[in-house]
Amino acid sequence: MSNQGDFVNFFEMGRFSTGGLIDADMRKAYSGIMPPAEDYMRTPKSFQEIMLRLQNYWAEQGCAILQPYDMEVGAGTFHPATALRALGSKSWAVAYVQPSRRPTDGRYGENPNRLQHYYQYQVLIKPSPHNLQELYLGSLESIGIDMALHDIRFVEDDWESPTLGAWGLGWEVWCDGMEVSQFTYFQQVGGHDCLPVPGELTYGLERLAMYVLGVDHVMDMPFNDPSSLIPMTYRDIFKQTEEEYARWNFDVANTEVLLKQFEEAEVECKNILAQDYLDPKTGIDIIMAHPAYDQCIKASHIFNLLDARGVISVTERQAFIGRVRALATKCADAFVKTAAAGAI
Amino acid sequence: MPDLLIELFSEEIPARLQAQAADSLKKLVTTGMVNAGLTYTNAAAFHTPRRLTLAVAGLSEASPTVQEERKGPKVGAPEQAIQGFLRGSGLKMEDLEIRDDKKGQAFFATIIRPSRLATEIIAEVLEATIRNFPWPKSMRWGNGSLRWVRPLQSILCLLSGEAETQIVPVEVDGILAGNTTRGHRFMAPDAFMVNGFDDYEAKLKRAKVILRADERSAVIWQEATNQAFALGQDVIEDVDLLAEVSGLVEWPVVLQGQIDNDFLDLPLEVLKTSMKEHQKFFSVSNTKTGRIERFVTVANIETSDQGATILKGNQKVLAARLADAKFFWENDLREAKAGMGKWQNSLENVTFHNKLGSQSDRIKRIAALARELAPFVNADADIAEKAALVAKLDLSSEMVYEFPELQGLMGRYYALEAGMGADIAQACEAHYSPLGPSDDVPEAPVSVAVALADKFDMLMGFWSINEKPTGSKDPFALRRAALGVIRLIMVNELRMPLSVIVKSTDVSSGVSDLIEFFQERLKGFLREEGIRHDVIDACIAMPSGDDLFLLANRARALQTMLTTDDGESLVQGFKRANNILRQAEEKDGVEYSYGADIKFAESDAEKTLFAALDTVDAQIKPSIESQDFLSAMTAIATLRGPIDLFFEAVKINADSAMIRRNRLNLLSRIRTTCLSVADLSKLEG
Repeated sequence: MSNQGDFVNFFEMGRFSTGGLIDADMRKAYSGIMPPAEDYMRTPKSFQEIMLRLQNYWAEQGCAILQPYDMEVGAGTFHPATALRALGSKSWAVAYVQPSRRPTDGRYGENPNRLQHYYQYQVLIKPSPHNLQELYLGSLESIGIDMALHDIRFVEDDWESPTLGAWGLGWEVWCDGMEVSQFTYFQQVGGHDCLPVPGELTYGLERLAMYVLGVDHVMDMPFNDPSSLIPMTYRDIFKQTEEEYARWNFDVANTEVLLKQFEEAEVECKNILAQDYLDPKTGIDIIMAHPAYDQCIKASHIFNLLDARGVISVTERQAFIGRVRALATKCADAFVKTAAAGAI
Repeated sequence: MPDLLIELFSEEIPARLQAQAADSLKKLVTTGMVNAGLTYTNAAAFHTPRRLTLAVAGLSEASPTVQEERKGPKVGAPEQAIQGFLRGSGLKMEDLEIRDDKKGQAFFATIIRPSRLATEIIAEVLEATIRNFPWPKSMRWGNGSLRWVRPLQSILCLLSGEAETQIVPVEVDGILAGNTTRGHRFMAPDAFMVNGFDDYEAKLKRAKVILRADERSAVIWQEATNQAFALGQDVIEDVDLLAEVSGLVEWPVVLQGQIDNDFLDLPLEVLKTSMKEHQKFFSVSNTKTGRIERFVTVANIETSDQGATILKGNQKVLAARLADAKFFWENDLREAKAGMGKWQNSLENVTFHNKLGSQSDRIKRIAALARELAPFVNADADIAEKAALVAKLDLSSEMVYEFPELQGLMGRYYALEAGMGADIAQACEAHYSPLGPSDDVPEAPVSVAVALADKFDMLMGFWSINEKPTGSKDPFALRRAALGVIRLIMVNELRMPLSVIVKSTDVSSGVSDLIEFFQERLKGFLREEGIRHDVIDACIAMPSGDDLFLLANRARALQTMLTTDDGESLVQGFKRANNILRQAEEKDGVEYSYGADIKFAESDAEKTLFAALDTVDAQIKPSIESQDFLSAMTAIATLRGPIDLFFEAVKINADSAMIRRNRLNLLSRIRTTCLSVADLSKLEG
């Protein structure tokens, strides 16, 4: 808790007054750290430039830039940096790209807007600073969205994750009628109240980038600068994998093996959490919330695969979700007892 | 008299909650002030996506001083009682007065509640209002514990008198009330000071915020219809959408665009629903063809390119959405053409209710019922059964998965694509109806059969597992289902004894209970027509009380009769006859139903009554047989004169036992005749 006061001040000194986003302020704000204003205001040329600008922007705002979690997840929220760190009294400010997998959304790379593997950009700041909306709008400007020409709206969207036992209130953010982000004030995770409350921002990167770059089909999107020596499109990188995974997800994945893996993950998660806190080897208390949570993530992804294979009936669906939620809740119970949650 | 201005400025409030919240603000603050002794002449509340505003005019400057006298315990009462009295009145021993009372001396307290300044009261009331605000769902943010619908950012609270305007010192969780607010998020984000409501509203408008929701709605609608008119198009009216959209913007800018040609072949409802649900667009149709070709979107900002970028973006999103819809539509059509077998199978895996099986089980039950009901509604049994089997298959279609509100409607398209008859297709769409009290009621026989079967299955199913509505709890909307049955019966004038239908399935328990449930619902339904519940009770007791159409007609006829002088007096006459008769029968231990004989009639009044009963009996018999209740009731009402005359002229308890018996038997004839149309004894009054 000791750094909390400073932390809030830091955000209050943020680059933008709550009075709005004025170009002159912005140029000043980015002088020195970012490229010159003219460069900064120009439209990005590629998907990766948008990612890099977001990374720079949130780094500038004081977030720790993390790397993607090294497991298959359905959304950036599942990264323990969000799912677990949203809990507890400790301040926290992170941003990261998270590759996300949604097997049922696979369309063999044919659909202009749907992918079974895509990227989310995730920001989590706890406690939520009072000017989080302004900070968020600043991030849109940083990727070339001119607030004077576009229609940005905060439209009610109460977020809930039945698998994480989490909910929050907030909005989906619309830019010219398109949902470009989710903006949520977390209230509960794993059945625990979030105190203080984290603010979470989630950007669907492909969709946002397609809009900024004026691309109609995701596969046509330039991944790197089109004037590079070797220009590459999203197609060059992902078309084949979309096909391969779509086939595997829908028709080939061995459901018996998956079911077994689901159960194994469930057992292992419970087993990890059932251990004594006291580690006999080191003689210190080690609560293994994160390794247990890995098993929860695993179970969640396997469930998504089974769902894509169409072997889960509507009634079973609820039961599976309940089982994953039970794991997530247990992990949250464990996490809040750790130092990272401010318990020690 | 000062005026009060309050503004609670927050991050974006959900559109659907704004109006209610503005009302609550007004109610809580004004009630709180009045309870504390202030008065005011007028109060009005306003809302935009980012603010709730309350303006109160003619507020008193302070609450009056109130003096209250309280009598306490007797002098010499136990110490405990005296201490309790002191605590309650907030006084000390030396403040009490001793006065003579009827039963000796007692303590008296004079409590003076001093006048309080309005500012003090407002501060208190506003803080309590904010802390206890009735949001349906609220949240915390940052480090705080305060709850609001979204983070509350600032409070404006001004009391402006003739001489000066002052900030009311309110502080809630570190938010200190001030005299400033902000304009439009993007067009005029700077803070500015205000000094009263008129100034506030005017400055907001300069800062690109229209405070009044109805004004925003009017701007949107006028601008939208003007633009459409210029292009020979009509904006399709949608009151709910208009209210929602006006809650999403502070400065509405109406933009109109064209739907790509690729999508114009989608069903009209799909276009409309997709645009409304996903994009909050209004549909715009070609005045001549009725085809939806354009849309209206409402932006929240004026731009240097007159909204060109915004419109382009919106159009692009729409195209992506409609491409999805088209994809679903084409897949669904393919499946429909193939006979919908896949959909049928998949419904086996969809649970309807864990004790009532799958959707597929339910469909089979509905089909069997539709078959049974067919003869009652003049439908072909085979077609009714077939229609019931396909009516819900669209629940498995991709389009309905995406837009649940299109259920039934898509079913119609898919049934046609599957090569089924128009009557079956129509039943797919209509069988959910009527849902609300103002919904159209299906009239085509096949639709009626399936619609009835759908609702009967709901009712009988939940009755059989004892999930009946109780009090305000009706989670499966069974009351609505019963009302649907009633409206189907009434509109289509169906003659259908419920005991036959309800018996026809194997509901082991609660059959009569379910029929009573229908009869109770019928009371509610007929109350709308102004028919009294006791009138219905009087008719329920008659033969065929389970035939709701007949029951309603009888009740209507009875109600009509009761509105005439003759009818009303007849009921009194009947009751008098019935009471005398009942008492006599009790006393004598016999039932006077032997038939009275005219030869023992002494007076003219008696003879007239005999004649009148003969006439009326002859009239009502055929009327009842042909279920012409109004004629029967009208005939009965003519008995009023003879009965009144009879009671005036004749003493029932005559000296002669034979004459007395004959007169009692005559009363019995009155009773029998009257009861043949309705159980008048059930009428109140």
